[in-house]
Amino acid sequence: MKRIITATVQNRSGVLNRVTGLLQRRQFNIESISVGRTEMDGISKMTFVVEVEDSQKLEQLTKQLNKQIDVLKVSDITDKAIVARELALIKVVSTGKLRNEIQGIIDPFRASIIDVSKDSFTVQVTGRPEKIEALIDLLRPYGIKELARTGMTAFLRGQQPQVTEINSFSLLK
Amino acid sequence: MKVEAKQAAHAAAAQRTGADLLIESLMNEEVDTIFGYPGGAVLPIYDAIFRSKAPFQHILSRHEQGSIHAAEGYARISGKPGVVIATSGPGATNLVTGIADAMMDSLPLVIFTGQVARSVIGTDAFQESDIMGITTPITKHNYQVQSIQDLPRIVKEAFHIASTGRPGPVVVDIPKDISAGFTEDENYDTEFYLPGYQPTTKPNPLQINKLADSLSKSKKPVILAGAGVLHGKSSEELKSFSTKHSLPVATTLLGLGSFPGISPLSLGMAGMHGTYAANMALHECDLLINIGARFDDRLTGNLKHFAPNAKVAHIDIDPAEIGKVVPTDIPIVADSKEALTQLCLQDAPSPQHEEWVSTLKAYKEDSPLWFNNPEQEMCPQWLIKAIHKITAGDAIITTDVGQHQMWAAQYYTFTNPHQWVTSGGLGTMGFGFPAAIGAQLAAPHKDVVAIVGDGGFQMTFQELSVLQERGLPVKVIIVNNGALGMVRQWQEEFYEKRYSESLLTVQPDFVKLAESYSIRGIKIETQEELVSTLPSVFAYKGPVVLDCRVLQQENVYPMIAPGKGLHEMIGVKP
Repeated sequence: MKRIITATVQNRSGVLNRVTGLLQRRQFNIESISVGRTEMDGISKMTFVVEVEDSQKLEQLTKQLNKQIDVLKVSDITDKAIVARELALIKVVSTGKLRNEIQGIIDPFRASIIDVSKDSFTVQVTGRPEKIEALIDLLRPYGIKELARTGMTAFLRGQQPQVTEINSFSLLK
Repeated sequence: MKVEAKQAAHAAAAQRTGADLLIESLMNEEVDTIFGYPGGAVLPIYDAIFRSKAPFQHILSRHEQGSIHAAEGYARISGKPGVVIATSGPGATNLVTGIADAMMDSLPLVIFTGQVARSVIGTDAFQESDIMGITTPITKHNYQVQSIQDLPRIVKEAFHIASTGRPGPVVVDIPKDISAGFTEDENYDTEFYLPGYQPTTKPNPLQINKLADSLSKSKKPVILAGAGVLHGKSSEELKSFSTKHSLPVATTLLGLGSFPGISPLSLGMAGMHGTYAANMALHECDLLINIGARFDDRLTGNLKHFAPNAKVAHIDIDPAEIGKVVPTDIPIVADSKEALTQLCLQDAPSPQHEEWVSTLKAYKEDSPLWFNNPEQEMCPQWLIKAIHKITAGDAIITTDVGQHQMWAAQYYTFTNPHQWVTSGGLGTMGFGFPAAIGAQLAAPHKDVVAIVGDGGFQMTFQELSVLQERGLPVKVIIVNNGALGMVRQWQEEFYEKRYSESLLTVQPDFVKLAESYSIRGIKIETQEELVSTLPSVFAYKGPVVLDCRVLQQENVYPMIAPGKGLHEMIGVKP
């Protein structure tokens, strides 16, 4: 099952290595990882998307992460109400003629063209990973020269709805 | 006048180097023994040791691996962190086996490695290695010091992290320009705040109640005592808890000594080469109370068959150990002492389990450990029993890994918590002898016996120099079967006797070897010789190397073959 895990960490050299090394030697497969600073000085946040076999492996994952001295907090936010975004840059092969057609494809995705050259242009898109997948699928026939994705970053919404069926808010199931 | 004094103090302070601060920090931690080996990147530290009148001794090993295993032995017996210094590059990488060993067996170590100067880190400088990268997966935590001002705080944190919670090794990597650099600052803030490291020591009362309740309803309860009992110094509490409810106790390999082996409630060691009674108790129990053991695969055998009918309670200070291997019904994250104290205070009724206790007693009596003992030649199990007898069961025993280790675990009956130093988790050859040096330094008045194999001893015997130099009366017993015994046994049983590279046909003359270090060496070939020699060996106040020639074909039994459950032991009876 796919899970979204966030880890609040102290921003010290080697922390990323420590965390990814730990996941590697315990055989957890990281699908994506994004790291950046937070509102607090010296504190960074990591967002992982990981594929785990079962809840026992998931528990082990969060416990092992929590054991790290520089890790302050680990949360599995998969089943919560969250905002989750990823950014992708997609360089598409294109002559001028096709540009209007492609513009029409990317508009509903609220993606924008941020670079144009003679034979290619670059689209920037942000959103949930499925949305990005969908746009990539649509652009693929035109020929994708280069693709870069940041990996998902996420946190809880300001308010958690009172629900009995928490799974209905799951993003990835 | 006042100004002059201030200036003089300032001038004196200006002479202090990072290495001086390190020595001061070690003194603040009341370190009395350091194990180490000098080299280019730690020359400033060794110079500071030379200049200081620090109240600690430095033990010069002959290989860094000797330093770190000695520090492990010291930590195990003294309960204090073992301190190691090694230089950068090859010095530091020679420590890796010992660091991994300490991590697996939760031994507190603080390891200072030299590093090349910050200006050349990352340039593949002479004797540079990425010791942070190398040791990250095998340490509880590690540091590279980036400024002299941070050094005192980092040392304090390192000792704190190594010795609290679940103990473990901490590496502090010190670039040479930090140890050699001067500092004028006099005010070092050694206060530290580790918000991400707050071990839980007090048990959750609800879970304690739950365990007490389950216990009162249990018909077949058993305690599994691991090294966590030793680390938590809770042997007395374990005894009280077990006595209060007449609870039988099995121990893990590393938990030997946490509960007196002579007690009628003791079932002995459980696991691959454990006793029939201990393994059957784990198999048949309806309540398994694990105190500070991590359900290692050598203990559990095939998990499919492990404690099939039991409710499992697990007390451990490391939350990640609970539920890691065996699903747990009653998880108790706590220090073993706190948890056992709380359990003893519970006034829930004792379980009604007389039948169970008598069943286990019958297992013990009907299927004890056994071995054949031909009179002409020396059998290794008998050798261990002879050492037990001559030391009155009170010596500190250290071992490597292998057959001799299992025989020592089976036949030296441990009665107190600070007697047993072995490489459990990593199974490190070459561990036992240097560990004995550390143990002897931690307990100068105790008999320390290194029971080693002829294979393992040849990995670290250069530390004989330390015995000679320090006059340490360690008794080295080589259980010499001319083979890598456990490898040979597995080849015999699982590889149709294809003894691939496991027979050590060419051996040094261990007696002459010992003598070349000015140490008494004695070769023993028969039981008679051993009986007549042992009293003088243990009466002698210096080190002795005893080369005991034992039967090569002797195997360790009983045994649980790989993939089998605890109830499928072989070799239970002759």
